[in-house]
Amino acid sequence: MGKLNATAVAKIEEICSRYTDEKTPLMMILSDIQNEYGYIPLEVQEIVSKHTGISVAEIYGVVTFYSFFSLTPKGKYVIGCCLGTACYVKGAGEVIDRFSELLNIKPGETTEDGLFTLDALRCIGACGIAPAVTINGKVYPKLDSTKVEDIIYQYRWNETHGEEAPTA
Amino acid sequence: MIENIEMLESHSAECTKAFDKKLKGIDGKRHIILCGGTGCLSNHSTEIQDKFEQLIKEKNIGYKVEVNQVGCFGFCSQGPFVKIYPEETLYRLVSVNDVEEIIESDIINNTVVERLLYVDPATNEKISKQDDITFYKKQKRIALHGCGVINPEDINEALGMGAFKGLKRALSMSRQEVIDEVLASGIRGRGGAGFPSGRKWQFAYNVESDEKYVVCNGDEGDPGAFMDRSILEGNPLAVIEGMMIAGYAIGAKNGYFYVRAEYPIAVNRLKIAIKQAEEMGLLGDNILGTDFSFRCHLRLGAGAFVCGEETALLNSIEGKRGMPRPRPPFPAVKGLWGQPTIINNVETLACIPFIMREGAQAFSSVGTENSKGTKVFALGGNVNNVGLVEVPMGTTLRELIFDIGGGIPNGKKFKAIQTGGPSGGCLTEEFLDEPIDFDNLVAKGSMMGSGGAIVMDEDTCMVDVAKFYMEFICDESCGKCSPCRIGTKRMLEILTRITEGQGTMKDLEDLEELSETVKANSLCALGQTAANPVTSTLKHFRDEYIAHIVDKKCPAHICKNLMQYQINLDKCVGCGLCAKGCPAGCIERTYYIPEGHKLASFNIDTSKCVKCGSCMAACRLKAISKN
Repeated sequence: MGKLNATAVAKIEEICSRYTDEKTPLMMILSDIQNEYGYIPLEVQEIVSKHTGISVAEIYGVVTFYSFFSLTPKGKYVIGCCLGTACYVKGAGEVIDRFSELLNIKPGETTEDGLFTLDALRCIGACGIAPAVTINGKVYPKLDSTKVEDIIYQYRWNETHGEEAPTA
Repeated sequence: MIENIEMLESHSAECTKAFDKKLKGIDGKRHIILCGGTGCLSNHSTEIQDKFEQLIKEKNIGYKVEVNQVGCFGFCSQGPFVKIYPEETLYRLVSVNDVEEIIESDIINNTVVERLLYVDPATNEKISKQDDITFYKKQKRIALHGCGVINPEDINEALGMGAFKGLKRALSMSRQEVIDEVLASGIRGRGGAGFPSGRKWQFAYNVESDEKYVVCNGDEGDPGAFMDRSILEGNPLAVIEGMMIAGYAIGAKNGYFYVRAEYPIAVNRLKIAIKQAEEMGLLGDNILGTDFSFRCHLRLGAGAFVCGEETALLNSIEGKRGMPRPRPPFPAVKGLWGQPTIINNVETLACIPFIMREGAQAFSSVGTENSKGTKVFALGGNVNNVGLVEVPMGTTLRELIFDIGGGIPNGKKFKAIQTGGPSGGCLTEEFLDEPIDFDNLVAKGSMMGSGGAIVMDEDTCMVDVAKFYMEFICDESCGKCSPCRIGTKRMLEILTRITEGQGTMKDLEDLEELSETVKANSLCALGQTAANPVTSTLKHFRDEYIAHIVDKKCPAHICKNLMQYQINLDKCVGCGLCAKGCPAGCIERTYYIPEGHKLASFNIDTSKCVKCGSCMAACRLKAISKN
């Protein structure tokens, strides 16, 4: 990626100055940046380092430790398959395998067109509707592997036509 | 602003009156409440609320009916729930399309919508009241007090149900007396290890320091567990009050909530509750006119299971990698930013207001000799009534799974229940009549853990389950100490080999040895308990391991390398649905026409089969089986 533009730099600096009252605000700053941009590349970590006085090495260590933080951009649609125990014993393994197969990416990866990221989630606590999948926050309850193709189709259709796919 | 005890008392009395009016319909209105827990919200509970509001407006009946959301009802598999006061009629599995009928029939014409009532599977009777449903009958609500009843975003409803009465009493006592009360209640930490909470408080109290902290551990990472989330979503003020009482007792002025970022609804409600308490003067300086001052802060996790370990959690709040610290020094002596700190789980803190409000005796009269009070379980997996249940300690596993849980779906047989998540173990049929308490579960080879309880039926492969938990632990091991980092990886490799049919009997010995090593030498509880699922499945289901290794068979037909799909040629009518849906194109028509059939049967070329299972799902005659 190229150099950051001035607006982005200003925004990140603004985020860094949000928590000046806090003793150790690094996690909060990184969470806000992750929420704002979807990832925290090295250039951004350098700006955070300048503002907080924490070394880039340490920031990099924190970013890579937590699964919530990402060094690379995520897809437009982030598919989170819950692999909590309740979902797993009800067949979540087959659901994520099917997504993986149809999108041709492994969990944690993003499709080449930047449309989909597939994530394996730890329990999202929706065990009553297992197996559950979330796509950009929308929850799909009680999925099984046969419904996966249709869901991806819906999103792709929406992307090219700008509207929901007609149902059969 | 509530500035002193008298003001709290009079305001609470007003709130109780108002809340009572609401529940009993004395205000001349019907009240519709909806479940707003994560499960029901993902099943469109907000859309249902919107539809109610829209219809109430359209029909101009706002003068006689109101609608609001409450916390989790607990009976997740029957959600979304709609409950109507004052009759307390409970509708379940409600969809947006049912709203109009509820309004027309129940609200306008006072006729219960029969088809939306819960049907008791044993008697086939329709039940209109929540308390009459078997699922709720054996429960006792202490930690879940107010959940599913009060509006979690309205502090006045919480006050109407006794919020801050516990704090009020605590403030009238000395700090040592408060700790003594907690000690007398016998409460043990609900996060997993079961350490007596009062003793933890005493340690922190004994250390002299200007600055001390209370931390609430809401990093509920155990897969399949959602107790803490539901409490935070259903009655966040109870946890805040518990934290304040702890703060008063040990002499802390600041409290930190550490909540998983995966729980946006809980986080949001907690934020609202903190703000409302601050606005009322119940958080801040000189609370209730005393010299006790306290503030609550919120920190979010970032997706690391190990941060549920208390010292790792402290590192995370301090903006570091969430790796555990060696103990001693214990956090009660040297915790957050080097200051004395107590870390209590959400459910523990939620019980504290009850203990202070009702007295230690009320709490300790429930439960077993060494495990007092109740425990909340997230009952999940292969069980009919998936949901959140709170039962007195000492309830048996059978009552939990069969009476409250309603047994195993689809007439399958019970195989095991995993308590304590990845740190716990599985318990088999022979243990069903064992009472649930901290020490008994440990004695039987599992543990209480935070309260995840996953039921598994006969179709579950226990080797696969052990592998699943090991995968989880391996992924979540922070990497600080080598027994955990390397040991769990080696165990995962062995388990993977076994499930793929490449295992040897020597692998079982290696697994046992590795289990011992990892357990004895890991730095924190994550590593120390990592081998539990392996040891307990090896103990109770050794024959399944041997079937994988010697017979190269997975008895539950789960492990893909060890099973095949097969078409029963005589049952097949040759419709071809299976072949149509086969992604590998490995199903073809044979020349065999069974007697009485018109078309030739299909067969699977097992060498090409990718074992996706779509043929079995497609077949309407159940002619395809796994073996």
